[in-house]
Amino acid sequence: MKILVPVKRVIDYNVKVHVKSDNSDVDLANVKMAMNPFCEIAVEQAVRLKEAGIASEVIVVSIGDKSCQEQIRTALALGADRGIQIDTDTVTDSLSAAKLLKAVVQEEQPQLVIMGKQSIDTDNNQAGQMLAALLDYPQGTFVSDMSVESDKVQIVREVDGGLQTLELDLPAIVTVDLRLNDPRYASLPNIMKAKRKPLAVKTPAELGVELNNKVTLVAVNPPADRQAGIKVASVDELVEKLKNEVKVL
Amino acid sequence: MQRESMEFDVVIVGAGPAGLSTACRLMQQANEAGQELMVCVVEKGAEVGGHILSGAVIESRALDELFPDWKEQDAPLKTAVTEDQVYLLRNAEKATKLPNAFVPKTMHNHGNYIASVGNLTRWLGEQAEQLGVEIFPGFPASHIIYGDDGRVAGIGTGDMGLDEHGEQKDTYMPGMDLLAKYTIFSEGCRGHLGKELIAKFDLDKDADAQHYGIGIKELWDIPADKHQPGLVLHGAGWPLSEANASGGFFLYHGDDSQVMVGLITDLNYDNPHLSPFDEFQRMKHHPLISQYLEGGKRISYGARAITKGGFNALPKMTMPGALLLGCDAGTLNFAKIKGVHTAMKTGMIAAETIFAALTNGDEGGKDLTAYSDNFNSSWVYDELYRTRNFGPALHKYGTFIGGAVNFIDQNIVSLPFTLRDNHEDYAQMKPASECTKISYPKPDGVLSFDKNSSVFLSNANHEENQPCHLQLKDSSIPLMQNLPKFDEPAQRYCPVGVYEILQDAAGEKVFQINSQNCVHCKTCDIKDPAQNITWVTPEGGGGPNYPNM
Ligand SMILES: Cc1cc2nc3c(=O)[nH]c(=O)nc-3n(C[C@H](O)[C@H](O)[C@H](O)COP(=O)(O)OP(=O)(O)OC[C@H]3O[C@@H](n4cnc5c(N)ncnc54)[C@H](O)[C@@H]3O)c2cc1C
Ligand code: SF4
Repeated sequence: MKILVPVKRVIDYNVKVHVKSDNSDVDLANVKMAMNPFCEIAVEQAVRLKEAGIASEVIVVSIGDKSCQEQIRTALALGADRGIQIDTDTVTDSLSAAKLLKAVVQEEQPQLVIMGKQSIDTDNNQAGQMLAALLDYPQGTFVSDMSVESDKVQIVREVDGGLQTLELDLPAIVTVDLRLNDPRYASLPNIMKAKRKPLAVKTPAELGVELNNKVTLVAVNPPADRQAGIKVASVDELVEKLKNEVKVL
Repeated sequence: MQRESMEFDVVIVGAGPAGLSTACRLMQQANEAGQELMVCVVEKGAEVGGHILSGAVIESRALDELFPDWKEQDAPLKTAVTEDQVYLLRNAEKATKLPNAFVPKTMHNHGNYIASVGNLTRWLGEQAEQLGVEIFPGFPASHIIYGDDGRVAGIGTGDMGLDEHGEQKDTYMPGMDLLAKYTIFSEGCRGHLGKELIAKFDLDKDADAQHYGIGIKELWDIPADKHQPGLVLHGAGWPLSEANASGGFFLYHGDDSQVMVGLITDLNYDNPHLSPFDEFQRMKHHPLISQYLEGGKRISYGARAITKGGFNALPKMTMPGALLLGCDAGTLNFAKIKGVHTAMKTGMIAAETIFAALTNGDEGGKDLTAYSDNFNSSWVYDELYRTRNFGPALHKYGTFIGGAVNFIDQNIVSLPFTLRDNHEDYAQMKPASECTKISYPKPDGVLSFDKNSSVFLSNANHEENQPCHLQLKDSSIPLMQNLPKFDEPAQRYCPVGVYEILQDAAGEKVFQINSQNCVHCKTCDIKDPAQNITWVTPEGGGGPNYPNM
């Protein structure tokens, strides 16, 4: 069984985001970038399925300019077999990304697509769902546990107030949540080996997709600076301030 | 799981200017000669450049030699210095500008560039990879591997996935042994392996005591109408002079409406109440500085120690199987406050020495004393020799008279004698009871800030559940010795508040180490009066994540 794992290059979660002074976007100049943490969990899951003898090949795909090859290499170092970079300078919206991924799925015919539930940069949480819709495949989202048996995948979803277990027919799309697994570290020899694993570069045109974003980023505004706190002398004063100054009581 | 090992021709510890210049020069020669050479660089930061903090005004001399076409290759040295201003801050309001004629020649920056050394190393890293160097960011060299005969045989990278007690977690992954014919130690100021080598091979036996400073720096976006790309301000005096301490500030106007502002506090200060962090915060309120920062926004913060002993404190840089380069040895030119070009040059000289040896059939493991000859006949040696009195003069005579001595030495006649300063920085601290307390103003949240909001901007992070990388030789010293005698100065010299004295539920004092905040500046390792704190490498990738520093 082939597994396809889409991965995204995003700002590292350790970095404190700084908005450009013209509010056009987040400032990414020389900022540390990394694989989206949810994508890392997806890669780990696929690699575990391969180690368990269930998957035969793990393919990672990333959309972006040349720099996203770094994240593909990381996935290869973690145990994926080969990579595909869809080369574009356009920052795709979710639908464009889903269309590109659809074309890759049609070419590669994986039985399972495992991807992050969302990327931490735009937090849209829709590429997986859109991909399932475009392909007319069953989808399982917010997955915190999964097991594959012959032509089915059983998944546990984290839903409001509890867990839901579903069984999907393969081929299927699974989007993963934080608690599914603890991704491993890439070892030095594996990082070296990853440099020699195959990495194909394709353009959207080669995949027969015309990029046409329907969503445009208009502005980014940072949250208001937190006001300095004050100490109140008594409970009465606190209640008074909450009532009359903050007006929340 | 077993530790694996790999062999290289040269293993380099630290992807700073020194380490990357070594790597690039090695591969340039190998590629030219059509010879195969295995060179790798390990870097403790999660990415190349992420742990680097500098000023910086950069002299391009070494870069010109290493990559003559660096301009066409888009190296990030874009803003040429247009104007130098040097000030003496006399108090919180007044500053005297030194007439140009009185500024030591070494402080003239015509022909230099304002740039981020972090970004320069990012660029050098790309060049190195293109030349065929393997770079492994996120892999600190945690220990040295010695051969049976005592020579340096390589380094081991740290284990990943250990919990705070050193037990293996599910994600445990053993480190690797990287063996080499020659190992380069270029960890920058106060490298923890460099420190071990200096002691083991007695490399500093003919050198004076090393001296250090702590540089605290911020990056600001300022209003375009206040921004003068290329303007360089340096100065000394207030606020450190109030506590009888020395050091100097810098404020550089880079590109994109950004300025870099910082204060270097010499670590030989004697008043344990002094807090370099708070000195820097209050300094920004001086009208000379605030005129540029007002209306702007602070976007980054960080700190790093600087090795400033210069020529007199320079240890022997070679030993069997290894070389100690750049600020790990202490090649910074303090009269210019520049260490990038000299660090790079030491790397290039080392690369040429090693390559010549290897091509002549050297199997490695030797004490490459030819390096010393090559170093001694290079411009770095010449430069460091000529400025050898600069630091000692300031230490000996203070900012004012020392400054005059330096003016004569650097501009008029080279003084025919050498001034020495052999007092270790950590031994300078006087008992707290003998020193005046310093009351620092509360930060206003506009120009000055507290430590919490500052460490936030350094993007510092360490995996929480791991062995503490700030080790105490004797855990009783902070409370039993340092607290009563010096009011535990670690609470103040650490620029990000890693060390705190708190009270537990029973009202007992506890010494707390918030190691996840550490920005790897190395000040505690240098300044602890009991020399009781040892900085070691944390799990790979931990530490600050500096953009553009
Ligand atoms: C505040 C300040 C201002 C300065 N201003 C200027 C200036 O204006 N001009 C100038 O020329 N110089 C300036 N300097 C000095 C300059 O930054 C240094 O001289 C220069 O960076 C030294 O280069 P290096 O390669 O020796 O070390 P570094 O630049 O310190 O690089 C060392 C590298 O090694 C890595 N490392 C360390 N230990 C390990 C380990 N065990 N395993 C793996 N990796 C490790 C570090 O993460 C780092 O990336 C300034 C320094 C400071 C602190
Ligand atoms: S703990 Fe030590 S090395 Fe870390 S930031 Fe504080 S003083 Fe610097």
